[in-house]
Formats: sequence, C-alpha cells, structure tokens
Amino acid sequence: MSVGVVVFPGSNCDRDVRWALEGCLGMPTRFLWHEERDLGGIEAVVLPGGFSYGDYLRCGAIARFAPVLQAVREFAAKGGPVLGICNGFQVLTEMGLLPGALTRNRDLHFLCQPVELVVSNPSSRWLKGYGHGETITLPIAHGEGRFQLAAPDLERLEQEGQVVLRYAANPNGSVGDVAGLTNAAGNVLGLMPHPERACDPRTGGIDGRRLLAAALG
Amino acid sequence: MPLFKARVLVSLRPSVLDPAGEATRAAARRLGVDGVQRLRIGKAIEVDLDAPDRAEALARLELLGDRLLANPVIENWSVELAELAGGVEP
Repeated sequence: MSVGVVVFPGSNCDRDVRWALEGCLGMPTRFLWHEERDLGGIEAVVLPGGFSYGDYLRCGAIARFAPVLQAVREFAAKGGPVLGICNGFQVLTEMGLLPGALTRNRDLHFLCQPVELVVSNPSSRWLKGYGHGETITLPIAHGEGRFQLAAPDLERLEQEGQVVLRYAANPNGSVGDVAGLTNAAGNVLGLMPHPERACDPRTGGIDGRRLLAAALG
Repeated sequence: MPLFKARVLVSLRPSVLDPAGEATRAAARRLGVDGVQRLRIGKAIEVDLDAPDRAEALARLELLGDRLLANPVIENWSVELAELAGGVEP
C-alpha cells in the first residue's frame, strides 16, 4: 500500500510531496517515472507541481501524452484516488480528467504567497477532515492558475458539489474563485494550492495534512 | 510525396480574458499609438508536412489542431495550407 508520486522531466515538487507524505504523515510512497506503466501496489496517485516538459505549448499539454498517464487514466477510471497539485492540476485538465483550463494569472505575475481558502464541500472524499465553510491557509506558487470555464458549465459543477475549495480573496482571477475541484465521481482532485508545503509547523502551518492524509482515505 | 506548408493560427476564445494582450494594448498607448481598441495575442505555428494529397494533409492538421496545438476549452484555431511543388518555397 503506497502512494505513487509521478515524476515528469521538469517536476519540482515531487520530493516535497514525498517528504510530506512519508516524513510528516508516515505514508509510504513510490516515485513513478513518466515512462513507467506499472501501477502495481499503488493505492493513490499524486501528480506534483513543477514545469513538466518545460510547460511548452501550454502547461500540461505535452505531459498529457506521457506513458504513465495512460496507466493513471485507467487507475482513475476504476475509482482510484488521483490528486493533481498545481502543474498536476493543469495536467489533469489537459488530459480531460477534470473540466476547464488554467490560464495566465489576471495580473500576469507569478504568485508565491499563502492564501486563505474556504472549504465548500466537506463531503468530498478529499476534504472530509475539514468542516463546511472552514477557512484554511495553504501556499500558492503559480503563474498560470486562473481557472477558466464557461459559466453554464461552472454552474453545473457547483450544483454537483465539484468545486471543493475556493479562494477567500481571489488572487488570480479564477472564475467562481475556484482553487480546487473534483471530477463527477469525486476521486480525482485538482488543486492550485500546495498542501505538501503546509504539513510541518516549522514551515508555516499544517493545514495541508488532512487533505494529503485523505489520499489513502 | 507532396510537401505541404501549413500555418496553424491559435487564438484565445473571445470570452477568455487575455491579460498579456491588455498589457500590450496599454504599452501601445504609452508608445503613442492611439486608437488601438482591441489587442489579442495568439500563436502562429508553422508546420511542414508530407502527405499524399491535400485532403489527407488537412485531416492530419485537423487532428493536430484539435488535440495538441490548441485547447478547445479556451482557444480557437484555423489552418492555412499551401502545397509546394517539388518542395520549393513558393
């Protein structure tokens, strides 16, 4: 039983995720190289942040064709939990596992700061450790985090409870203040904030712990 | 096999905010160029393609545009296609 952490050329949060899962939460992990196809023994998958394939063309557009993601797609289709953080979220939208797209921040700046987030669906498998309306603080670090989706589609996601985390003060212009959303089945979560950077009190808080712990739910 | 020279134009859908375009429009004003009402930034992707005929070339470009070069959630795209006789530049 372990959590697979995907490593693309250009990933840079893969080791942070391993440190958070193993060092802070005591959860075993295994790195999954982008060319790997065997997810044997893996009970959850994390697509970490970074700049996969240099973010050429669009963020996540090239990563989508990585062999490991064919296996992740099948894993997700069978209900396996998949968490995409930052660049991982961008990859999930490019793959079509999550709706919408992530575009250049409204003010064009790369944003690297703690943000307040409101838990808007604590019945999600990923957020059951949190209360409805609870405010948590996680860091963001992205240049292209403005979530974009047509208004009627966003309304449908909100009605279905797929928007699970919102920005308390929208930093990047995302429609609907979306900071994190799940697929219809609820097993795939994409997040712009970095829960793995909020797991040790010495580095600014532990609000990310319950979320990461939910991977092995 | 004929060589086709294509240019795929990718543009943001009208409903999508283009902050880089807006910043460039503001710079145009600072340069002293008045009257720029709208400025949107896209991409032009040049593709040289060997294909048996024009229809097949277009079919391949269609797949490329729709599945790789553009993200239909936020972008529109179009293609301009020219055939080069014997691979010579027109």
